[in-house]
Amino acid sequence: MEKSRKSFGSGLTTKFTPVLSIGDKHIPKTSSTLTVRDILGRWKVRWGIGRRGFRVAPGLYAVGEPDRKSPVLVTANYKMTFDLVRQALAGIDAFILVLDTKGINVWCAAGKGTFGTAELEARITSTGLRDVVGHRELILPQLGAVGVAAHEIYAKTGFAVHYGPVRIDDIKAYIAAGMEKTPAMARVQFKLRDRLAIIPVEITQALPIVIAIAAACSLLSLPFDPAFGVRFFSRVATMLGAVAVGIVLFPPLLPYLPFRAFAAKGAILGLIWSLAAASLFRMSVPISISLALAAIPLTAFLAMQYTGASTYTNINGARIEVTRGIPIILISELLGLMGLIAERILSVRTA
Amino acid sequence: MELRYFSAGKSLALDTGSCIGCGRCVEVCPHAVFSINDRLAAIEVRDRCMECGACGRNCPTGAITVKSGVGCAFAIINGMVSGKEPSCDCDGPESPRKNRKACC
Ligand code: SF4
Ligand code: SF4
Repeated sequence: MEKSRKSFGSGLTTKFTPVLSIGDKHIPKTSSTLTVRDILGRWKVRWGIGRRGFRVAPGLYAVGEPDRKSPVLVTANYKMTFDLVRQALAGIDAFILVLDTKGINVWCAAGKGTFGTAELEARITSTGLRDVVGHRELILPQLGAVGVAAHEIYAKTGFAVHYGPVRIDDIKAYIAAGMEKTPAMARVQFKLRDRLAIIPVEITQALPIVIAIAAACSLLSLPFDPAFGVRFFSRVATMLGAVAVGIVLFPPLLPYLPFRAFAAKGAILGLIWSLAAASLFRMSVPISISLALAAIPLTAFLAMQYTGASTYTNINGARIEVTRGIPIILISELLGLMGLIAERILSVRTA
Repeated sequence: MELRYFSAGKSLALDTGSCIGCGRCVEVCPHAVFSINDRLAAIEVRDRCMECGACGRNCPTGAITVKSGVGCAFAIINGMVSGKEPSCDCDGPESPRKNRKACC
């Protein structure tokens, strides 16, 4: 708890000195433009540096010069989300009601229920929203609907919930159209930009895998003779290449790979890479096959993990991928390693 | 290009008998699974449903039921290892898997 309080201090609250007063309510004002510090913070999040405490204090904020008739937008207290919302509101006078989602974005928090009916109800009360605005309407992000029951909010607080667009960029058009959204505004997408977004964090997380692979490959290249370096290089390059393909190439290529299961899509990529590596590093057929058996499951596994970042997978399908995929992945990995060990033993014996 | 997953929308069920045609399901579904025809909801494209549960939670008459959950292999493996319900580890302050969905 102490930690999170400290992080609020280093977050936005300290900068909210301007205040908008409506009746006896004093609402901190926020700007629709980001400071250099905000932008730097966003870049750090992308690369997984010091993500702790990247949150905004929950409560009510003012953008522009809102009055009792201005719209109220509800969002999460993940600072990146909050920043996107206030930026999108440039030129609009509005209130932002920030829920305490423990620094998690709207969709993930709604799935967990922290962006939920109880928190929204409590936050409406604690901020005294009823005395700030004269109307009884709220705009929620559509993806928050997973956690909030609109009819319960209406019954408990008298506020009517409007689910706005999926993407905050559409908010101006949505408000201008009298809180009407086009079918396109209601559809979640998984465009190239969305698919690429988590690659940097995944790269920074891959270090333990890289170390483990390097260690395994050096063992599989023994003994220390003049050819050790050549053997080590071809093995480690093939295996690390399979990891790189899974982390960097899989997300952009996802829609163009055959099969619906992510692990199967990943296996295809892994296979293509293994074939390329075999000819690139001029390896013998037995070594190539063993290496492929060990490398393909790496790509397949990383691809399977990517289900969590996608916007269209369901739990039942993902469960099938795990229960059928993991045994195949493990068996293939084991066969590959056994093949590589056997090759070493045989060649040492014959020599 | 429209992305589709397998085993989609298996648990989604609509009881037209208790539907009042309010349109809330159309408003909340991120994959346009529902449509309103003759003032009643209909499941238009089940194959797009990711079982997020938004429609079920927001249907005022309880006409929709859906078994919702996260379509995330990591969460499922987590659940198997810990013996609990599948859960992302995105709560943890240090978790690298926090806020993975880029769209929101
Ligand atoms: S939300 Fe429920 S009552 Fe409203 S249209 Fe959909 S199914 Fe019918
Ligand atoms: S569970 Fe989600 S994706 Fe499926 S129909 Fe309901 S709102 Fe749409």
